[in-house]
Amino acid sequence: MEDGILTQRKGQIHTKGEEPFSINCDKESLAGAVSQRACVFCGSRVVLYPIADALHLVHGPVGCAAYTWDIRGALSSGPELHRLSFSTDLREKDVVFGGEDKLYRSLIELVDRYGPKAAFVYSTCIVGIIGDDLEAVCKRVEREKAIPVIPVQSEGFKGNKRAGYNAACRAMMTLVGTGDISGISTVSVNLLGDFNLAGEIWIIREYLEKMGVEVVANITGDGRVNDLRRAHGAALNVVQCSGATMDLAKMMAEKYSTPFVRASYFGIEDMAESLYRIAEFFETSSPGIMARTQELVRGEIEKLLPVIEKYKKDLKGKKAALYVGGAFKAFSLIKAFRLLGMQVVVAGSQTGTEDDYRELHEIADKGTIIVDDTNPLELVSFIKEKGVDVLVGGVKERPIAYKLGVGFCDHNHERKEALEGFVGMANFAEEIHRTVMSPVWRFVPREESL
Amino acid sequence: MSDYVSTTNACKLCTPLGACLAFRGVEGAVPFLHGSQGCATYMRRYIISHFREPMDIASSALGEKQAIYGGGPNLKQGIANVVKKYDPKIIGVATTCLTETIGDDVPHILHELGREWGGEKPLPLLVNVSTPSYQGSHVEGFNATIKAIVDQLALETGSEIPGRVNILPGLLSPEDIRHLNEISRDFGFHATILPDYSETLDGPAKAAYETLPEGGARLGEIKEMCRAAMTIEFGRSLIGGDFAGSVIGKRSGNKTIGIGTPVGLRENDAFFGALEKTSGLKTPRPYLLDRGRLIDAYVDGHKYLFGKRAVIYGEEDLVIALASFLAETGIVPVLCATGIKSPSFKNSIESVTEGLAAERPLALDGVDFHQIKETAEKLSPDILIGNSKGYKMAREWKIPLIRVGFPVHDRFGGQRLLHVGYRGALRLYDEITNALLETKQESSSVGYGYL
Repeated sequence: MEDGILTQRKGQIHTKGEEPFSINCDKESLAGAVSQRACVFCGSRVVLYPIADALHLVHGPVGCAAYTWDIRGALSSGPELHRLSFSTDLREKDVVFGGEDKLYRSLIELVDRYGPKAAFVYSTCIVGIIGDDLEAVCKRVEREKAIPVIPVQSEGFKGNKRAGYNAACRAMMTLVGTGDISGISTVSVNLLGDFNLAGEIWIIREYLEKMGVEVVANITGDGRVNDLRRAHGAALNVVQCSGATMDLAKMMAEKYSTPFVRASYFGIEDMAESLYRIAEFFETSSPGIMARTQELVRGEIEKLLPVIEKYKKDLKGKKAALYVGGAFKAFSLIKAFRLLGMQVVVAGSQTGTEDDYRELHEIADKGTIIVDDTNPLELVSFIKEKGVDVLVGGVKERPIAYKLGVGFCDHNHERKEALEGFVGMANFAEEIHRTVMSPVWRFVPREESL
Repeated sequence: MSDYVSTTNACKLCTPLGACLAFRGVEGAVPFLHGSQGCATYMRRYIISHFREPMDIASSALGEKQAIYGGGPNLKQGIANVVKKYDPKIIGVATTCLTETIGDDVPHILHELGREWGGEKPLPLLVNVSTPSYQGSHVEGFNATIKAIVDQLALETGSEIPGRVNILPGLLSPEDIRHLNEISRDFGFHATILPDYSETLDGPAKAAYETLPEGGARLGEIKEMCRAAMTIEFGRSLIGGDFAGSVIGKRSGNKTIGIGTPVGLRENDAFFGALEKTSGLKTPRPYLLDRGRLIDAYVDGHKYLFGKRAVIYGEEDLVIALASFLAETGIVPVLCATGIKSPSFKNSIESVTEGLAAERPLALDGVDFHQIKETAEKLSPDILIGNSKGYKMAREWKIPLIRVGFPVHDRFGGQRLLHVGYRGALRLYDEITNALLETKQESSSVGYGYL
């Protein structure tokens, strides 16, 4: 495992069973290490992106907006303003003389053109340096146009992706509490940390509807500004992808005493467990909810098990490596792979916290490599060392798997297959089967030693 | 066309992305962005989605402290780490808006690093280029990088190396680069093509994972570029400007020929003409046959295409080349658009379509897709030709989109699209004609089986 690992990175890699648990994480990426991570801006942008009726204006040179144009598979059931890319496209003279005027005029122009319900204005590296007063410009436009205009302090260099999550949560928090909450059921939730990739949040909402639970705000998949404004009226926050929106849940707990539970919609166990946790919470206010939930879960599992069994025959004993954005997803994936008879031998994330990794360590098998903020060459050495059959990651990890001659499953924000819910587990099994069992691997040249 | 302050759906990318692509076309090179971590990661993702190949870009990953006190130490440490892990022959350092604005003096930092270097492995060659994203676009970044590579490495002067030519192709596909290589070889030349990412961004399956992909313009040859018999620089926008071709020209006294990107009949005639003149040979028969087949196809398909209205968008030189080609076929390029600001764009479009296009094409530079759409809508186009970014218009108007250039991330095989040569034109011609035939067939109630 020593191959290709820089000394400064060693603390961020842990192999279960080799030593007592300890991992170094939540730090800035090492220069020259070719991290798979992006930046603060990226963190904010991914979280707020799916709010479909808001204007998302990136204040900076054109790249930051261009690379995030329609990048996520976050679907909307209505407006699709989020799928356009808006930039102030700062030029040299703006850098010298300041970009505030261009920002102001851009905002007015775009708000007039699209009539959004709110505007998010993202700060980029350069804005942090030239010192544009984003807040003042936003306030002015907010006054003139009578919609919330919210600055997002997401200068790329001011921390890592997690700092961007936090900036996004702070931005959303300015909306929460500004809407009318009359008529909201006492049996109601907000769904935090689901981005409606490939329509996933609709699957979860359908389950909740069957249980008799109202969803007030999707945060942020298929999200709407007015729903966010009413989010404080929900009885419970259900938080998935803890890294991205946990800060918002905590802020709401403090300000509005809204309790929260953590959830994961991947795999049978975690999906069922999440629904039960919600049912448990509403047991007194909604009698019979637990029975309804059990019936729902039973029905879904009955449909799902034959599908799993079918794929398991081929997949049993195969090995998987995971490299995902948030560590929380990795827990569910380990369990989901176990269900398929497979073993996870490498598990890593871009933004896990020490607690996340400790939990990951608890549920992982002995010998599993646990890694924070890895890079292509480390992944290559882990995959080779462990004899992996499939890598789960995002677009940047895909060519690494393919060049090594192993399968790949996109579990990141560009995916086009719904992987959440019980139906998502079936899709996941199908996708893993499709990549692992393909005949093409037989033709891939292999090193003698392998 | 209306002017707007804001940019909606940009028809360009940022400057350092062009630098990364250019550096990837040099043997044993690691592109390195001096800036915050996000830039490298975003660009990697963007490039990977087109080429479907690993694209490692290192970053100095500046944090808040470095943004205040200067990014020098991070740049040095980053380079040291890249050397340890990749053992590259060359590291191409491009700046970003962050490091340009805080005023890091990269040449000076690299010079210092050279003096202080105590690594186990020797320090590789370092090439640096200034690519603030608030100046220009990915195309300017690409051109500036090619120029920087030539300026900093092509230092050998002396006797002419027999049979050696340079081709500076601009931003083309790996398939294009392979074809250019083949053409040069068939003229008896050994061409140094800069950049050459024909293998690094379109590599074969291999037994061992390559830390650095094989291929790229050979360093030894880059150093000798000023000793070539001739340099051909593609791109009408570069003619007469201060780019890599003129650096070689000035340094060597050798001839640099600036021609349009060879798409279609006439621009290829110019290209093959230049090769004939330098080699003293006639165009080899296979290419004459390709040329003949191209004209034959122009004739066979002319009635399908005459008067059809096309909108072309993307990188300036590719748009000009495509306009030249389409005008030859009878298609009217009603709108030619580029996101890049260029005062010469309009003239170039006029001169390549003059006497052929039935209608004077509208040429817009410095525009975004909002403006392109707004303008194109009124011109009732039959077909769009450009990168994947025009898909939304094609979908809305139910007209075909012929994907060319970069990025193509909603189709397979973008890296293997051939644009140049008579053969590239023939391929484009077939695809365009078939797309129009398909539209006709699909929209007809008859369901014609012969067209």
